[in-house]
Amino acid sequence: MSSLKFKLIEGTRSAGQSIFAHGFRSFLTTLGIIIGVASVIAVVSVVQGFSANITQQFDGMGTNVINVESFTPRKERLQGVRAKLTYDDYLQIKYKITGISDVTPTVRMWGSNAGITYRGQTSSSMIVGTASTYQKLNTVYPERGRFFNASDDQSRRRVAVLGPSIMSKLDIKGDPIGQHVGVSGEWFKVIGIAEKRGKLFGFDQDDFILLPFSTTRALLGGAEEPDIIISFQVNEPSQLDQVKQQVTNLLRRNHNLDQDANDDFEIATADQMLDTFDEIIGSTTLVLGGIVGISLLVGGIGIMNIMLVSVTERTREIGIQKALGATRFDILLQFLIEAVFLCLLGGLLGLILGFGAGSLISNLTGLPSATVPLWAVILSFGFSAGIGLVFGIIPAAKAANLDPIDALRYE
Amino acid sequence: MSKQTIIELKGIAKRYVMGSESFYALDHIDLDIYLNDYIAIVGSSGSGKSTLMNLLGCLDYPTNGEYKLKGTDVATLDENHLAGIRNQEIGFIFQNFNLLPRASALQNVMQPLIYRGLPLVERKRRAENALTMVGLQDRMTHVPNQLSGGQRQRVAIARALVTEPAILLADEPTGNLDSTTTIEIMALFDQLHADGQTLIIVTHEQEIAERCHRVVTLKDGHLMSDQLNQSQASSPSFEVNAGV
Ligand SMILES: Nc1ncnc2c1ncn2[C@@H]1O[C@H](COP(=O)(O)OP(=O)(O)OP(=O)(O)O)[C@@H](O)[C@H]1O
Ligand SMILES: [Mg+2]
Repeated sequence: MSSLKFKLIEGTRSAGQSIFAHGFRSFLTTLGIIIGVASVIAVVSVVQGFSANITQQFDGMGTNVINVESFTPRKERLQGVRAKLTYDDYLQIKYKITGISDVTPTVRMWGSNAGITYRGQTSSSMIVGTASTYQKLNTVYPERGRFFNASDDQSRRRVAVLGPSIMSKLDIKGDPIGQHVGVSGEWFKVIGIAEKRGKLFGFDQDDFILLPFSTTRALLGGAEEPDIIISFQVNEPSQLDQVKQQVTNLLRRNHNLDQDANDDFEIATADQMLDTFDEIIGSTTLVLGGIVGISLLVGGIGIMNIMLVSVTERTREIGIQKALGATRFDILLQFLIEAVFLCLLGGLLGLILGFGAGSLISNLTGLPSATVPLWAVILSFGFSAGIGLVFGIIPAAKAANLDPIDALRYE
Repeated sequence: MSKQTIIELKGIAKRYVMGSESFYALDHIDLDIYLNDYIAIVGSSGSGKSTLMNLLGCLDYPTNGEYKLKGTDVATLDENHLAGIRNQEIGFIFQNFNLLPRASALQNVMQPLIYRGLPLVERKRRAENALTMVGLQDRMTHVPNQLSGGQRQRVAIARALVTEPAILLADEPTGNLDSTTTIEIMALFDQLHADGQTLIIVTHEQEIAERCHRVVTLKDGHLMSDQLNQSQASSPSFEVNAGV
């Protein structure tokens, strides 16, 4: 009906007029909504930016990549027992499991002897000894120079690929390729610089040095076999579970585990990590939803309260409108539009504020940049409008049901 | 001259109850109002004039009796129909103007047309015409507190006229105005009457009552007299000077 259209337009105009006529009061009225929406958008934008970043990282890993790591239950760890994956485990997997490729051993060096030096500068960056296939499984490609290859590994060459962050930490100036850095007192020739990857969970992902696996093993000395991580790619994604089972059986046999003993290793896929992460995000969102629900409820009650005051204040005006022929529905519509308008304005302010806060938070904490997904925007506005409708209906009905003569006589 | 009845009141009573006491502000009023009537309702303060006007304007309802507007018994109508009548049939002018305080003169006059669901251009066109008719074409954007009392009342008149109502009800329209402005307003009413408008005007002032063609006198809620004003009804002798 076109007359309803004109009434809606006029209602919106007059709602805007009365909202802006009491600008500061309207602002205070919607503060609950503003804060509710702002906090939701702030958190959602940070979490979303975060999760987009992580998903991207995991995507880079490939979903059919499997990582096997040693696992020691807490209790045993307290007793000083440490599970370990050895080079032998690596060889077993590499030669006995079918349907996989790019089996890669990785050893990480931490601690005091793991310093990297260059012309008097020292850095305690992560030292990773691995095979040339590492670049494929972890999508760490050299931006300059080259990655080490199988022959570098076999001949235990002292070559290194640097993460871009190391460059500034060690204050390497000029072309780093061909220069030498010290690791555990030995000199390594820099042959490549990896692409920049940024931060994840606040950790710098570019703060590493990659060395050939055999070279690293030799560097660690023969005193004790290092605990390694074994990564590989499953050729057929559909065979993922089957391969996992085979690896489990093989490692259990190789570690001489009893029937009833727990695995002393963990098999993780990128998918699994992603799932876990999604779960965390999901429950965060749920808790958040609860908090927001409460704050919007409080905001809604604030709106209702002020709307009731405003109906009382405008009793005479309502009387005049009724004397001029406004129906109950006309008055109801007018106040509902005003409540919804008010809430939508609050929602908009909250959105802007929340996005600002989210961006600020991610900037200050070094998290990935905040993004506001469309659904959050729509949800915020939908929610705001809903609050306006729900909490506006009582004041609007009160206004609509005023008796014209009583309203006109109201002092 | 056959007269067409537009309002029929039969045995109208309005009783107010205050605590344990109750009294009749209107008691058994019988009154017929005809097309193009120009009626003054007079009577001392508290005699029930405003009460009667509110009933006629469908703002209030009688305790007893029958009110027929254009043949329809108003008591049988629901809120929506009454709103429709207030919008279409009645133009109400209040003693205290009752303009919407935050709306401009133009917006005030456009207001009743909103409830007709007219588009903005049309509302604007009609409202501008009405304001021009009352001589306020250069005050359209002023809000009420930027207007003089007489100008406010003319906005109120334009607002009552813009819907082209069957009956114009004015409750002491000049009660708050000085004598010059009063004359201007009355000239406007004379003009409307000459154009065929039905007018009912509540007044305290003798001069105004004398300009009307029919004078209804109330006393303590009773209808005391209902007389034709001979000098007026026969020959309109006053100078008509609209828009002064
Ligand atoms: N809502 C009400 N409740 C109780 N009594 C009322 C109410 N409205 C009016 N009255 C009484 O009804 C009587 C008639 O009032 P009304 O307003 O009709 O008088 P009036 O003739 O218009 O007087 P005035 O010339 O002073 O405006 C008065 O005695 C008044 O006190
Ligand atoms: Mg009165």
